[in-house]
Amino acid sequence: MDLFEHEARDLFDRYGVPVLRGGVATTPEQAREAADRIGGTVVIKAQVKTGGRGKAGGVKLADGPDDAEQLADDILGMDIKGHTVHKVLVTEASPIAEEYYVSYLLDRGARGFLAIASVEGGMEIEEVAVSKPEALARIPIDPISGVDQAKAREIVAAANFPAAVAEQVAAVLVRLWLVFVGEDATLVEVNPLAKSTDGKVLALDGKITLDDNAAFRHPAHEALADAGAGDPLERKAHEAGLNYVKLDGDIGVIGVIGNGAGLVMSTLDVVAAAAAEVGAAGPANFLDFGGGASAEVMTAGLDVILGDPAVRSVFVNVFGGITACDAVATGIVRALDQLGDRARKPLVVRLDGNNVAEGRRILAEAAHPLVTVVATMDDAAREAAKLATVEA
Amino acid sequence: MAIFLDENSRVIVAGMTGSEGLKHTKRMLAAGTNVVGGVNPRKAGQEVGFDDRSLPVFGTTADAMAATGADVTVLFVPPPFVKDAVIEAVDAGIGLAVVITEGVPVHDSAYFWAHAVATGGQTRIIGPNCPGVISPGKANAGIIPADITKPGAIGLVSKSGTLTYQLMHELRDFGFSTCVGIGGDPVIGTTHIDAIEAFEADPETELIVLIGEIGGDAEERAAAYVREHVTKPVVGYVAGFTAPEGKTMGHAGAIVSGSAGTAAAKKQALEAAGIAVGRTPSETATLAREILGG
Repeated sequence: MDLFEHEARDLFDRYGVPVLRGGVATTPEQAREAADRIGGTVVIKAQVKTGGRGKAGGVKLADGPDDAEQLADDILGMDIKGHTVHKVLVTEASPIAEEYYVSYLLDRGARGFLAIASVEGGMEIEEVAVSKPEALARIPIDPISGVDQAKAREIVAAANFPAAVAEQVAAVLVRLWLVFVGEDATLVEVNPLAKSTDGKVLALDGKITLDDNAAFRHPAHEALADAGAGDPLERKAHEAGLNYVKLDGDIGVIGVIGNGAGLVMSTLDVVAAAAAEVGAAGPANFLDFGGGASAEVMTAGLDVILGDPAVRSVFVNVFGGITACDAVATGIVRALDQLGDRARKPLVVRLDGNNVAEGRRILAEAAHPLVTVVATMDDAAREAAKLATVEA
Repeated sequence: MAIFLDENSRVIVAGMTGSEGLKHTKRMLAAGTNVVGGVNPRKAGQEVGFDDRSLPVFGTTADAMAATGADVTVLFVPPPFVKDAVIEAVDAGIGLAVVITEGVPVHDSAYFWAHAVATGGQTRIIGPNCPGVISPGKANAGIIPADITKPGAIGLVSKSGTLTYQLMHELRDFGFSTCVGIGGDPVIGTTHIDAIEAFEADPETELIVLIGEIGGDAEERAAAYVREHVTKPVVGYVAGFTAPEGKTMGHAGAIVSGSAGTAAAKKQALEAAGIAVGRTPSETATLAREILGG
């Protein structure tokens, strides 16, 4: 889960990382109040989970409460790369002398963590990595020993931070590590880490990605989930405990449901190829119903898929490993029963593996008019693609 | 021969008394695995009955090893307890720890991996979030169905459980030496490379099937390894060409970040290393079939 800047700022603050005074506002009036409370010139920053908001006009300097209210009114509701601005962060404006970059992230290849630091901050770090790779210090971090004062000094030295800020940056690095471990983050990034004109080191902007697998030990993280964001079908699927990702494509797409993340990803690829052959649009979604195959799970899954108006046909692709195909077949039959009128799109079903004969027998016996059983994954994908091209 | 697991393996199950542990212990026994006991600190001293035998529950991996000579542990413990359970197994010096559990925080996986490395690396860790390892006809440590195929000359390593089953099914008439599900998490113990290295050295394995998916660069690394070190034929498959950027596709590690971790890049790297890559699981099976002459 990616956090908004203001959420990252609040976590930094809680762990003692120096940040600017500020407050979040969802209305122009709240922005006025925040500006009034802070006093002087303030910065109004659009809160969106994407880069490039400055260029898009989502960051403005406001000269007092009236100006803050006006500018917040301009920024709220703005669309930045497909993200609507629903809130702004109002902070004090701090004159900046220098901008740096620091981050901790998961290093999959090393099966550990990595610190990245640079005295060239402020811009997209990916650009620095390409244009000036020597300006980035990359220091592996041992997950057991982590970042103590000595390790922080090593990072500071490797990145050539100026002596005047070395101790302050090292102190920030130690605290950011506490954020990284304490919150189970997979990314903590400060860009820019700034030196103000009076010599103070401050986290001006930050990004945090939290590990969803660690939610069980962070009850507070639930409140950070962006409940209003994302696709409504994704929300509905998530509430039903299903692993669903909506894909692009707005007409004539093929709904996909199956078991196991790898098999469903593979199914999407096979469907995309089959669709290209017959001029259908492609897969509508990823939906992994996991190990269970109860009527409830199948009903919830099909309900989500059929709730997508673009879907013309549905491909149910199951390899029964632990899951028994007869249970899947029964689940499909009952789900269609429960969905009644809501199920009007053709279903192509491919079953293989554990108890497949009984599964196919159950579907044959039910002889549901919407269901076609096809023996192999490739042929089933072709059939689903063909059905997706038929006018409803 | 086989890799990592064979008929001489003595297997214990951490979390054997839980519902998943019970179910899969039963299946492992039915597959002929020599399961010799379970581990649960709160149920030490109890016995658990199965069809034709009763297995003792020990408080620790060390106790279980001392009493039974176990050299493999399969972990079904819930996510909050995985880190301590793996560290305990590593400290006991067991040879192989197969972590089936899904949903382990990545900080925990990184920590127990670092611990295993720091303490000498004598425990091979497979997983987490994996289906385990099976050497058909010999032993099964995990949840891979034992009735899909038979012993044979194909070695398989995969991030995905269901794609492992699919390929085992497609090539069931040939049979497999060992199938290793390494798991779909961002941090895992055994990698494609570790399995490929072992298959290369295993006289029983004649062909290696490598299954990958989006996220990270494990497949690219494996491709480079194959090019340098592997003489046996390798057939590859990569899932996730249609996955959008920035979305996690079911497995915690299956995510394309920016331009990194795409299926296209992985396929290209594998092909550049001389590995035949199928566009679908069935085409991948056909490529293997052509090489093995079936």
